[in-house]
Order: sequence, then C-alpha cells, then structure tokens
Amino acid sequence: MALPAQPVVEHRVWQAEELLPRAELRALQLQRLRETVARVAGVPFYREAFARLGLSAEKIRSLDDLRRLPLTTKADLRDAYPLGFLAVPRERVARFHGSSGTTGKPTFVAYTREDLSAWADLCARFLVAGGLRPEHTVQIAFGYGLFTGGFGLHYGCERVGAAVVPAASGNSERQMLLLRDLGAEVLVSTPSYALRLAEVLQETGVARRELRLQLGHFGAEPWTEDMRERIEAAWGIRAFNNYGLSEVLGPGVSGECAWRTGMHIAEDHFIVECLDPDTLEPVPAGAQGELVFTTLTKQAFPLLRYRTRDLARLDESPCPCGRTGVRMSRVAGRTDDMLIIRGVNVFPSQIEEALLRVAGTAPHYEIHIERPGALDEITVRVEMSPQTFSDKLSDIQRLHDRIAQAINAVTGLQMRIELVEPQSLARFEGKARRVFDKRGG
Amino acid sequence: MKIQQLSLFLENKPGHLSAICRTLARANINIATLSLADTQQFGILRLIIRDWQKAKDVLEQAGFVVNVTEVVATEVEDRPGGMAEILEIIEQSHTNIEYMYAFTFRKGNRAILVFRFDDPDAAIRLLQARGKNVLGSVALYDEGA
Repeated sequence: MALPAQPVVEHRVWQAEELLPRAELRALQLQRLRETVARVAGVPFYREAFARLGLSAEKIRSLDDLRRLPLTTKADLRDAYPLGFLAVPRERVARFHGSSGTTGKPTFVAYTREDLSAWADLCARFLVAGGLRPEHTVQIAFGYGLFTGGFGLHYGCERVGAAVVPAASGNSERQMLLLRDLGAEVLVSTPSYALRLAEVLQETGVARRELRLQLGHFGAEPWTEDMRERIEAAWGIRAFNNYGLSEVLGPGVSGECAWRTGMHIAEDHFIVECLDPDTLEPVPAGAQGELVFTTLTKQAFPLLRYRTRDLARLDESPCPCGRTGVRMSRVAGRTDDMLIIRGVNVFPSQIEEALLRVAGTAPHYEIHIERPGALDEITVRVEMSPQTFSDKLSDIQRLHDRIAQAINAVTGLQMRIELVEPQSLARFEGKARRVFDKRGG
Repeated sequence: MKIQQLSLFLENKPGHLSAICRTLARANINIATLSLADTQQFGILRLIIRDWQKAKDVLEQAGFVVNVTEVVATEVEDRPGGMAEILEIIEQSHTNIEYMYAFTFRKGNRAILVFRFDDPDAAIRLLQARGKNVLGSVALYDEGA
C-alpha cells in the first residue's frame, strides 16, 4: 500500500489506546487473552476443546500460545444454536443481534451493557478518524434491526456527540429529502447504496449545493477503490471504509484513518491472525490470507480465533496518524461461497433450502448477480420439472410467487425469479457452478 | 369423449417455439391446433395432435417436458351466438373453465371449442344433456384436421 502524503480530513484520535506503543499493546493483549480464555471456559464448545487440548488460562504464557487455542467457525456457532456460546448469565445480556446463517436460521450474538459501551467507542474511533465531529449530523441509511450496522453506527455517532438521523435503509427519495432538509454532513450506508443515492440525486433534481454532505462512512460489503472514486466524484465528499462482522462485534473492528492507508484494527480489543485457509498456518507478512479474530474484551459473546472467511492482507508498517493498530486491506474475497447482496449476507445454500421448501422444484437452479445501476440485482433461475409443470398459467404463476416468497423468507431479500425450461441449465459432473456474480466491483 | 392435449413449458424467448415445431415436423407429425398462453417471462404451449403419444415421445426425446391433460372438444355452429350458447350452459352450472380456445374446420361451417375443466367428465355429461355435440378423437380428427 503506497502511503498518501496528505490526510484527507483533519487528524483526530478518539481514544488514547489507539496510540499505545506496540510493546504495551502486546502486554495488554496477553493479559486480556488470559482473561478471555478464563471467561470462555464455561462455554461448552470451549470447555470441551480445552479438556481435549489440556488448556487453561494459566497455560497461556505468551501471545504465541494463541496458536494452541481452538479455531471457531460459523458452523460451530450454528451447532450451538441459538445461544450456546453465551458466556454470561442471561440476565446480563443487554441486546441481541444476528446475521444470516448458511441455512434459514440466523446466528445470534449478544452484548452486555459493557459490551455495548465498548462497541460505541470502537465505532466512534473510526468515525472520528474519518472526520466526524460532535457538531455534525449523521444520516444513517443502514437497516436497523438484527443487522449490527444500524444500531452499531447509531450509538457510535451518539458517543461522539453527533446528531443522528436514523433514516434506516430504503426509500431513496425520502433519504434525499432528509439529507436536504435535516442537512446531514455525514452519510452512513453501504457503498452501493451511496452510489444508488447519487443516482437519485440526479433524478430528483435536488441540487448538490442544497446539501451539506461532506463525509461518508461506508461498510457492510466489499467495495473497491474505483467505487470510492465514483462515490467521491458523484457526491463531492470524502469516503471512508470500515469493517466488522457481527460474530466478532459488528462495525468497529477496524476502520480507516485520515490517511486511508488501510483499516486500523482495534488491537486492544481483538487479536488478528492472517492464515492460509487450507493449512491454517500464518501467511508470510503482507500476504493475503483469511482473517481470524480473537475477541479480548467482549463479555457476552467472546470468541477465540473466529474464522471470518474474509480474505485480506495485514500491514504492520507505521502509519503517519500514529495509531499503532495493524492495518488490514480491503476484503478481497471469501473462502466460502457467501455472497453479500446490498449489505446482506446470503449463502447459496439458503436459496437451495428455500427451493426445497417449495415442493417439487428441481435441484437445478442458478443465481445471477448483476449491478446494472448502483444496486445489486439477483435473479434466481429455476428449472421447471415434470412435477412442477402444469398446463395452467395460474399454477405456474403461483409456483413463481411461492418460490419468491420462500427465498424472501429465508434471506430477507427480494429476488427476481425466472422459471426456465427443463434441462436448460448447465449440468455438472463435479462441483456445480450455480453462482454467476457479474458485478464489476 | 375426452381429447388428449399436450402442454409444454416455454421460455418467452426467440426461437423457443420454432424448436418445438421443428422437432414435430422432422417426425412428420401434424399439429391439428394449438394455443399459446404467455406472460412476459414464459408461456405454455398447448397442442392438439392426432398421434399425441408419438408426439409426446418425440418431444421428450428432444428434452422437452410434456404434460398430457384431458380436454373437452365440443362442436359449435360457426355463426354469431354459437359460442355464447355453450358458455351459458357452462356458466349456469357453475362449472369453472380453466381455459379454452377455439378453431374452425377446414371444411364445413363448424367451429370446435376446446375446454379445460377441472372435472371433464361432469362437463361432458352436462353438455351432452343439453344436446351439444361433444367430440371424441375419431370424430375430431377424421372430420377436421
């Protein structure tokens, strides 16, 4: 990563810990890792793993011992559905969130009051690093709900002291009205929605000078430098990237500073590893690998070595901003088949499950993802079969609607359903190729 | 008295209908009549063919999914009001017509209405009781196509 010479917004730091010298940071990590290992000993998954591996908090003597700890996967969380990983008594939980799983069931995560407070500060870190000031108004166009984006950013902005317009996602014309009439300086959304809103700006005839927008904090889906340039050009704003995942925290795991040289990971709260997804050995410094996070401060839902399936690079070189947290690159891809559609995680297996619920639908389907404008459009092509085919148009229309409803019930997304002729989709002898992602990035 | 009708699912795309017709033509099979119900995205092609079993085999060998349904063909005079009379009979008995289509013979002044009912046997009894000529396949194909 080449270092840009100039910060793009004024340099500010939210918390002193962000600047902790590496040696102190590592000492803090070790202390907190021991505490975390002690804290998760009551979680059945870890209790069994510790018994098997002969591990306990006392055996963690250096950060190198991290590698002796068990890895945790999404499948492990699913097996412990709904709350098998909860590490505090139920009455200490202050909030639940969730993300989609590989099947119809979501994965739930939980937070104590302390967790929520730490989370607000972690969001405040990247927001302030990216120019947010207490006098600003922030329009949050993320979904508010089980999804961590809306509430995470909401409380982060409030922690900074900014005013929040909780616009939530969707209804683009209303977003434009709120932007104009409430005068937000900062927009929070997915990058693709920011591009969509830029189109709406053109269509609605709201003049750019009627808006006070200066900054954007975008996340919840992978994007590219090219998209950043398009967003910045379309809006005339500075756009910042942030990263997080609900299992580990939600937004706030990492975010860009004013120099935008990668996203600083909050290493006082998380230990990051970058592993080869096949061998599970660390990749050489700076090489691309799967990010694996261990939470250090979370009370309700601590996780050891959680495999994110996100592929990225780590950069430990010093940053002009003075933050000591290692920087991660943009997420370059996934090691599994998870798709991120308009900020929502979707697994092809969810679509398959939905199709199976609609009796008689063939196992032959394809998922086509395109981004004709700013937003993702998904088409699911489903083959007609002798079982589903009827000579009545109304029966087929009903089948079409039932498939659309079943997919919506499982994924929460509206997808276009295209019924296609029997035997018209490609057949595979080995691993089926069902996903055709034609988004340019 | 029921007639076998073949139905095929069609994507609403250029060339899809002609592929079916070509398959039948190559097997020297003549289509007596057809109807096409379509939406923007897909269509259902319904075929009335004398040698429907052979047509079904040929189409299935070519990879099409073919559905056989029983429809009711009834004769009606090819004059104003001919069809209305039949529909009135059906309407009065509260029988639901799933769909219907019509065609005329090459000779004579008669038209044939093809009906798809949920209960074709009941519909046949109803029409016959009111003196309408319900055609079996022999009558349909020998006099018509």
